[in-house]
Amino acid sequence: MYQYNEDDQTLIEERVAQFRRQTERFLKGEISDDQFRALRLMNGVYIQTHSPMLRIAGPYGLLSSKQFRKLAHIAREYDKGYCHFTTRQNIQFNWPQLERIPDILEELAGVQMHAIQTSGNCLRNTTSDHLAGVCTDELEDPRPYCEIIRQWTTLHPEFAYLPRKFKIAVSGAKLDRAATQFHDIGLHLVKNDAGEVGFQVLVGGGLGRTPIIGQVIRPYLEKKHLLSYLEAILRIYNLYGRRDNKYKARIKILVKETGLEEFTKLVEEEWLQIRDNLELSAERIEAIKAQFTPPAYDSNAAEDASFAQHQQENKAFATWVKHNTLNHRVPGYRITFLSLKAPDSPPGDMTDTQLDAVADLADQYSFGLIRSTHRQNLVFADVKQVDLFSLWQKLDALKLATPNIGTVTDMICCPGLDFCSLANAGSIGIAKEINEALDDMDYIHDIGDVKINMSGCMNGCAHQSVGHIGILGVDKKGVEWYQLTLGGSSENEAAIGERLGPAVAKDQVAKVVTTILDVYVKQRLDDESFLDMVKRVGIAPFKEEVYADN
Amino acid sequence: MQIIKDKQIIDDSWNYISDDAELKTGNISVSLARWNKDKQQQLLHHDGKVGVRLEPSDSVDNIAEDLKKIELIELNFPAFADGRAFSHAWLLRNRYQYTGEIRATGHYMPDQVFYLSRVGINAFSLEKTEDLPAALSTLNDFTVSYQKSTN
Repeated sequence: MYQYNEDDQTLIEERVAQFRRQTERFLKGEISDDQFRALRLMNGVYIQTHSPMLRIAGPYGLLSSKQFRKLAHIAREYDKGYCHFTTRQNIQFNWPQLERIPDILEELAGVQMHAIQTSGNCLRNTTSDHLAGVCTDELEDPRPYCEIIRQWTTLHPEFAYLPRKFKIAVSGAKLDRAATQFHDIGLHLVKNDAGEVGFQVLVGGGLGRTPIIGQVIRPYLEKKHLLSYLEAILRIYNLYGRRDNKYKARIKILVKETGLEEFTKLVEEEWLQIRDNLELSAERIEAIKAQFTPPAYDSNAAEDASFAQHQQENKAFATWVKHNTLNHRVPGYRITFLSLKAPDSPPGDMTDTQLDAVADLADQYSFGLIRSTHRQNLVFADVKQVDLFSLWQKLDALKLATPNIGTVTDMICCPGLDFCSLANAGSIGIAKEINEALDDMDYIHDIGDVKINMSGCMNGCAHQSVGHIGILGVDKKGVEWYQLTLGGSSENEAAIGERLGPAVAKDQVAKVVTTILDVYVKQRLDDESFLDMVKRVGIAPFKEEVYADN
Repeated sequence: MQIIKDKQIIDDSWNYISDDAELKTGNISVSLARWNKDKQQQLLHHDGKVGVRLEPSDSVDNIAEDLKKIELIELNFPAFADGRAFSHAWLLRNRYQYTGEIRATGHYMPDQVFYLSRVGINAFSLEKTEDLPAALSTLNDFTVSYQKSTN
């Protein structure tokens, strides 16, 4: 894990001091609401329905046990005892007091954390594959490049007042787990014909109101040109991106309206003029890579026999292993998911007690590191198989072992109308109802891989348009209604879901979801997945059944 | 009126002449449109110094050839959230090697002065003169940075 040097630390401390002065001036009435809005957003502070919300950066989703303990402390001392993990690997507190936020930021700086650029029309937290460095399908670990990008984006003076927010994701594996095709810039580590590793650069992807799949602007970029190419794209966007309408201000609209060919020409012309002045040296790359070396694995880890035995003797354990753990590239280790989707708690939420306990378990079982995922769960990346049984028992006691990773109850869900001032409709309550309607684990496992994504408004924080089943809350004359889409995906074969039909009433959503799943169970071929079936048959059979009564 | 220039608060001698007003004596700045219209006949023979005010929608490429004749470029902010001036300043300094004064004018916050200075703006005329000392002090907000600076 990247460890701050003196300059990194100085910078975040100076940012805390700057934000403290800004907050004090606002509270004294010296800065207008409108101006302070821009300043606070750039430091992760929203004004929400009930109180401010503070979003803290989880750089490419990698956190330490020490940082988790700090989050627990903040949840206890400054909030109502819990926090929320977002789809962009960040962490949100829903109940801090504005005047105490500078103190929270100071506490965070003590553990190398910050809230810099977690909102606002600027360069946001760079996200990545939550299985980086341990998965079996990876060309190269993307995290060193994420860290290089993190530093370059942090307090970038030229790109702090962009037309709209700007998100970058990096993936180094065959399977795209970072939704890179739905980011303003997506970077894929790829090999060229000469066998060298560089980046495929995608541009103009995005979700929200107008979901668009990113397009390749450069099939292969040498690593040394990473930052100059990003700078060229950002400069073109900053100069030409639309500022007249915030719904048309994302780079995806600029790319669409300019045309990929013309946009590429503008970027390449800019890039040729700057690339020699902004080269990444091989030494710099190596120095950052050295901060992400694999931990000291036990070479005898695979010799343990108890793991197989426990699975034979304990069906519940075997089920959890099957659904919540994955093969690791090192024999005798498994990648382990901690489900933040227990049926009775809001998706992605954790209490202070859980945070502290997870920190201890990470120290004991996974080299003190924790990752947050794009689907709002956690990962212990490096667990020895011999430890899995005792880890499972402890996670189960903490309600973090629901064996539902990748299943229909592993829903992505935004905070919705319960917390968010942008929302048109609730989402947490719907998630609860869907959970109640799907209380049979065997049925859930039989259904298999179904991703439900649910947002309480068009902004689409929960990426509903790329959910296998997408649910979008809308407001119709003060009443909450829900539009459903089917067939979306944020992985390699990226797709935007197709609308099922007219919106349904709030009390019908859970029933509609179960109806959709029943149609799938009845009409699937052999081991066909839900997404494959939707691709094969289209939405008609689902539509017919869902709207049968009308 | 006072402004910040090269990290000092100084008295300002420049006047911006709007497109429908008569030119004045002394140091004046004009819009890009007026510069292009009147440079040959009037502005290049003006008795004082001449500057050009660029709006966010102007392209700095359009003034590149004349930069040697211009002693002040004003980058105007109609609204503080319009960040095009940041790239304009960067381009003026780095692409076109402009060495004259670049001044931020219009509706922006003292809190933006630090970033503006880092992309090459060296003079600041603020909406409220009483904000000048605070704006000046923001230049010391950070002692470290991750990007090359233009100032």
